[in-house]
Amino acid sequence: MRALGKYVAAALVTGVLGVGAMPAATMAGEIGPKVPIDKSKGSCVLPGKEMRRVHMDILKHRRDLTMYQGIRGGKQALEACLTCHMVKDEKTGKPVTVASPKHFCRVCHDFAAVQPDCWTCHKSVPEAAVREAMIGPDGKMKASMMAQLRAFVQREHGGRK
Amino acid sequence: MMDQGARDKTASGQEVSREDELNEARRAFMRNIAAASVISLGGGLTLFTVGGSQAQAKKPEEPLDPKKRWGMLIDTTKCSDGCQKCVDACKQENGWEAEPHSPHDVQWIRKVNVKDPATGFMMSLPVMCQHCANPPCVDVCPTGASMQRADGIVRVNMHICIGCRYCMMACPYKARSFVHEDIPEEKKRFHAPMGKGCVTSCDFCAHRVDAGKIPACAEACPEGAMLFGDLNDPNSALSKRLKGIPSYQIREDLGTDTGIRYTRLP
Amino acid sequence: MKKHFHYEYLQSKVGYYTALGGMGVLALIGLAAAYYMEHHGHAVTGMTNEIVWGMPHVFAVFLIIAASGILNVASIGTVFGKTPYKPLGRLSAVMAAAVLAGGLMILVLDLGRPDRLVVAMTKYNFRSIFAWNIYLYNGFFAVVLLYLYTQMSQDFRVRRYYTAAGTLAFLWRLILTTGTGSIFGWLVARQPYDLAIFAPMFIALSFSFGLAIFILLMVALMKGDERPLGHGLVNRMGRLLGVFVAAAAYFTVVWWLTDLYAAEHRPMVGYLFFSGNIYSWLYWLGFMALGTIAPLFLVFSRSARTSFKPVVTASILTVLGGISLVYFVIIGGQSYPLVLFPGKQVSSTYNDGMFYSYAPSLPEILLGLGGMAVAVAIVLVASKTLRILPTTLADAAVDPHLATGEVAEMKKAA
Repeated sequence: MRALGKYVAAALVTGVLGVGAMPAATMAGEIGPKVPIDKSKGSCVLPGKEMRRVHMDILKHRRDLTMYQGIRGGKQALEACLTCHMVKDEKTGKPVTVASPKHFCRVCHDFAAVQPDCWTCHKSVPEAAVREAMIGPDGKMKASMMAQLRAFVQREHGGRK
Repeated sequence: MMDQGARDKTASGQEVSREDELNEARRAFMRNIAAASVISLGGGLTLFTVGGSQAQAKKPEEPLDPKKRWGMLIDTTKCSDGCQKCVDACKQENGWEAEPHSPHDVQWIRKVNVKDPATGFMMSLPVMCQHCANPPCVDVCPTGASMQRADGIVRVNMHICIGCRYCMMACPYKARSFVHEDIPEEKKRFHAPMGKGCVTSCDFCAHRVDAGKIPACAEACPEGAMLFGDLNDPNSALSKRLKGIPSYQIREDLGTDTGIRYTRLP
Repeated sequence: MKKHFHYEYLQSKVGYYTALGGMGVLALIGLAAAYYMEHHGHAVTGMTNEIVWGMPHVFAVFLIIAASGILNVASIGTVFGKTPYKPLGRLSAVMAAAVLAGGLMILVLDLGRPDRLVVAMTKYNFRSIFAWNIYLYNGFFAVVLLYLYTQMSQDFRVRRYYTAAGTLAFLWRLILTTGTGSIFGWLVARQPYDLAIFAPMFIALSFSFGLAIFILLMVALMKGDERPLGHGLVNRMGRLLGVFVAAAAYFTVVWWLTDLYAAEHRPMVGYLFFSGNIYSWLYWLGFMALGTIAPLFLVFSRSARTSFKPVVTASILTVLGGISLVYFVIIGGQSYPLVLFPGKQVSSTYNDGMFYSYAPSLPEILLGLGGMAVAVAIVLVASKTLRILPTTLADAAVDPHLATGEVAEMKKAA
């Protein structure tokens, strides 16, 4: 029993040290994945190094502001995170969902083996980006989308009328 | 030939996800149509999203006004039997689909047909979360996930909902439903998150109200039978109308003091 | 005169490990069933948007009611000073905590988000009887452990608080069951519930469920470990079970009589109690006939004085009748639709105005059995590792009066 206790204690100490050492190493930028970001859309809420440490607190704080105060939009909105950090699929050009390991949340969270509890409920791609993919710069529906839509309407509703 | 075959395989492998994303785009498009007040058809399709006919002053980034109490008057005399427009609009806006009589599907609003067996009188009315001033669902929730905002909107804070379903036992209006299975990504709505294992219900389109718009059902009603507004403001159109006519609450006897009132109840 | 009892670890090896292994397998199956339901969502269960609480809640509520009743055995010795119950105090306390743990395990694993248990333990809405119950359940463990400590300590400075701890535990369990009953009693919107009588009814039910489970496990442990067990003691407990069973039935009768008197609730009473549907049968045949009247005949029968069988059978019937009643209360109560428009006929795509049907799925039942198995396993392990089981429960050792009474009865019979 005593021997077992030693092993457990040793394992705990190593574990604690390991966890303690990891953020320092990632902050130095030596290990750890790089989070994809489109900087042309502006700067993030905080510099990247700080975001890595406190993004969950910002999200939680913001979520409560939205739930209880009805505060929405702006830089701290989840949709803003998803917009700047959006990763587009190389083949389709559409934003990838959290089902893909390329999704910016997963890039880091897979590495850290931490599962965020967001995507059971939340959509992992911004709806605005989907709209953007459909509507051209002239504010008009892209021709290819129009054709798809006609086919969709035909298929879904054509038989009923 | 070999090359061609190999590429086809990859292409078909990609085909699935592309199809999903197309569906997503189509849905987003359909939603835009639902939200748009004016659609002009020309060579292309131009969308005008005229948000909220009577903007209620709140900007999205501002905190809500605790002096307000949002409510609604439903003129059931204008509400016809077969009309499902409010229900359809809610589905579009908040991304739920429900097979009729499904035991598991999420429902935020439904049309209830009522018949007086003694007289044969029949009518149809929409029933959703009644946004009570004294909501039983909020009283019973162990974690405080079932909550009432300072402006009277009753909703579920799904971040701390543990899925015990006690609120569903307590709600007198059958307004709540439990998400019985995973909701696929393409069916989710960004502004109405809901997911497996939590309870969900009508939130008076809080995301729209927070941006100064009116709920999707009220906007969609072709008869203008759903008047949304501030019950606490004596000068709001809603308060003025309520002052002039009798209005009723479902199960008024329970003392829940609902935010939704009807001009006529069976 | 102060009597001293000796308590000893379970001596049985083969029987112990076989029983523990069996319970372990059942518990693992239960956990697997819970994982299956959580992974796929509640769509794979029989539960719906109308029957929101299903079979897991039947098991859980039954066990939670029973747990507080099991502690009653200890209270009868400590608080009410009944000598024959004193040696049963330790087993009673351990078993009460174990059965509550089993019940809570089922309840927690049936949550939509069991992974958020920490939320349930850190965020409280004190207007909710559920939130209070979380305190009452956790507090129950603390109070029972304290009570057990005062019973088992070798230190007289601890032991002198035995009566105080026992009284605290007794009061706590009364409040706890009041809380459990109020989960239903305070549901103002639902016609089958919404009655203050649910709290005292649940307390009466806890007396009968708890004593029945205690008798069964006590007889199994004492017999399985080949320790003396007196007929006088079991007969006495059986007769007490009879009183409890009758009291519980009395409260259920007052429940439907009250609702029957109000014209508003008459259709509901007609549907639940007198329509000949599954729920009526569960109440009248399951609870009333098998769970109340049959045990009453058995425990007061002449043969109960000289044999364990009538009391053990009565206890089994009380448990089965109890599960029938809890099913009747929870599932039957939900199967009656909410009344939005009194006196009107309603219909909608969301199943308004119909009687809801429910078919329990296998995983739900397996989870419930798993929770029961966990409770039994805790009792087994505790009996093996703690001195909670008296070396003898022979009548002469427990209470000389019981022994003389028994001898007199046997002489009379002969």
